[in-house]
Amino acid sequence: MANTYTLIQAQTLASAAASVTFSAIPATYTDIVLRVSARRAEAGRQDLLIKPNNDTSNNSGTNIQGSGAAATSNATSAQSIKIANIIPSTNETASTFCNAEFYMPNYAGSANKPSGTFGVGENNATTAYIVGNASLSQIASAISSVVLSLASGTFDTGSSFYLYGIKNS
Amino acid sequence: MANPTRVEVNCTTGEVLEIELTDAEVAELEAAQAQAELDRAAKEAEAAEKAEAKAALLKRLGITADEAALLLA
Repeated sequence: MANTYTLIQAQTLASAAASVTFSAIPATYTDIVLRVSARRAEAGRQDLLIKPNNDTSNNSGTNIQGSGAAATSNATSAQSIKIANIIPSTNETASTFCNAEFYMPNYAGSANKPSGTFGVGENNATTAYIVGNASLSQIASAISSVVLSLASGTFDTGSSFYLYGIKNS
Repeated sequence: MANPTRVEVNCTTGEVLEIELTDAEVAELEAAQAQAELDRAAKEAEAAEKAEAKAALLKRLGITADEAALLLA
């Protein structure tokens, strides 16, 4: 069980941006955690994409999601880690954001890297999404960067991203 | 008009860079947007088609959705 939880870097957008990259991540922790509170600047709810080492072809995963009306599941392969449907847009209630946590243990090791994400997209209406994702990144090298983007569009002003490092000793 | 930007945070130095996307990156972004819209439209069409087929089947059987659920429970 982790007994330290250290903020490595944080970024809150002062203007819309297509992506946010945490680069030169120190390899001195056991696990990394990303906390994301984000909104899309354009119309249409979107998927959150997470790219360890900016890799867009060696990640596979499974999403389960509920919308308030239906529960669905889908699988992805050979692409970015995709967290389906959780980024609210200008179609959703004003000033609502997603809240998501991405957890990757043993990010600095040489083995393939599993990760888990849990997130919700806020919306003051009947339809709002809750999503759980399990992924595997078949990346042998240490993760030294993480790129966050949307499947389409830009992150809105006020979106915030916090990267934490966890040590088990 | 300036291109959209991307933000890069260096976790070792703390330096934050706001970098304007190149024209090629903007083109990629627009292509992704077009593909996402196509995917969304396809999903919506599939869902509508399924709902229509379900309604037609229920009508043919002469039962309601609740009654069908009861049969399957």
